[in-house]
Amino acid sequence: MKKIIIVGAGTAGTMMANKLRKSLSKNEWEITILDKYKTHYYQPGFLFIPFGTYTQKDVTKQKDTFISKDVNLIYAEVERIDAAQNKVLLTNGDVYNYDFLVIATGCQTRPEETPGLKESNWYKNIFDFYTIEGAVALHEFFKNWQGGRLVMSITEIPYKCPVAPLEFVFLADAYFTKRGIRDKVEIIYTTPLAGAFTKPKCTTVLGKLLSEKNIKINPDFYIESVDSVNNIIHSYDGNEVAYDCLIVVPVNMGDEVIARSGLGDDLNYVPTDKNTLRSVAFENIFVLGDASNIPASKAGSVAHFASETLIGNMLDAINGQPLSHSFDGHANCYIETGFGKASLIDFNYETEPLPGKYPIPGVGPFSLLGNTWINHLGKLAFKTMYWEFLLKDRKLPVSNKMSMTGKNKD
Amino acid sequence: MTQKTYAGVILEVNEEGYMIEKNQWTKEIATAIAQEENITLNNTHFAVIEFLRDKVSNGESLTIRAIGKSGIVDIKGFYALFPGAPLKLATRIGGLPKPVSCV
Repeated sequence: MKKIIIVGAGTAGTMMANKLRKSLSKNEWEITILDKYKTHYYQPGFLFIPFGTYTQKDVTKQKDTFISKDVNLIYAEVERIDAAQNKVLLTNGDVYNYDFLVIATGCQTRPEETPGLKESNWYKNIFDFYTIEGAVALHEFFKNWQGGRLVMSITEIPYKCPVAPLEFVFLADAYFTKRGIRDKVEIIYTTPLAGAFTKPKCTTVLGKLLSEKNIKINPDFYIESVDSVNNIIHSYDGNEVAYDCLIVVPVNMGDEVIARSGLGDDLNYVPTDKNTLRSVAFENIFVLGDASNIPASKAGSVAHFASETLIGNMLDAINGQPLSHSFDGHANCYIETGFGKASLIDFNYETEPLPGKYPIPGVGPFSLLGNTWINHLGKLAFKTMYWEFLLKDRKLPVSNKMSMTGKNKD
Repeated sequence: MTQKTYAGVILEVNEEGYMIEKNQWTKEIATAIAQEENITLNNTHFAVIEFLRDKVSNGESLTIRAIGKSGIVDIKGFYALFPGAPLKLATRIGGLPKPVSCV
């Protein structure tokens, strides 16, 4: 019996377990997936919790619900991957051998990387919304907040879901407007990037939205430390911003198990070929989702599109063939803009987000870089799509390759 | 894409002024590009630039954090060398592409 081990049963690992199980004979291949936690969170939903749109219950299910019964699902912590010996060692002493390994350990927030951030005011007037704990704590805080200066601050690049902090300030603008205290809430957005986003056309559209909503942007702001006694953030080049409530995207890093295994870069991301999705260092290791260092968004849509490439390449590798499938870096993100509207971007390694219609060229129903009610419905409907189609490897009506048809270059 | 002359060499640069062909880079070109940014290069500048060029040659992505761990300068020192937007300035002066970000 040959063996595939998948480390990590989040979005990427779950999709891959189901795809591999469908593609490989049960008599020849044993597939094992390892994870230390039993809960699967719908992470895109965390954004809505501070504003009371979703509750913890809406974004929480059990991992085993989504993984084929013909896959060994083991809840245990991995101590170390011994890639030279093709072994995975668990903290409980168990050792698993593999023929092929899929690393899908994702990335996590590390507030302790920023001096002063995770101290006595953590979850008092400083919050993140990338964890269930942070999102719920912020909801409780917002319910009674009477206004002041709200600062949304990105500490480091890359981070999960690059548009989420923008969505956050758009939704905050709408939330405080509805509560009738928008005039008492000043919203400031600080980012180490030079603008609202990295690519020109999208930055223009989003920058305009920020300005329309009276949200000030403070670009090229790279946080050195937080003074949580005096409520001030400091940048490396000597600038500072005062806050009453600080919302941060903490430093994101790959899992500690990657560092313990000596498989990562300085942020614990696994060096990975951006087209084949194979580890640069080991031929029988593949990497899917946020765990890799490929220059694509750390987002579920990327993991989903990449999984279509990866299954092809893993089958090639299993059959002793050259890897014939190439990932194009395709990402696709709804951007909530508040007041029941949303925008949508679709892009890849080479092509920046452009205006147009998606997924059916010229028809839509979704408008790329537009700001529409239909896009907002798409974002809300995606929760069901995620649980019922994406994780379970049911076919979605979209291509994994980005298409130029339906996009307007000028 | 446009052509610019630095240190007597005609080079292709993109619309943001980044060199297209990193192998054409020389220290003299760096000095000339740095002048446009009002920076006078010293040995520490060049040590940081060499570090960045090695990383890019190895196919690694560039982060300010990695420079802080390089042993050449800490992050504050990196800002002092290339004020404002150090990674963007250091890559442009170092003849490297503008660092790709998370998207």
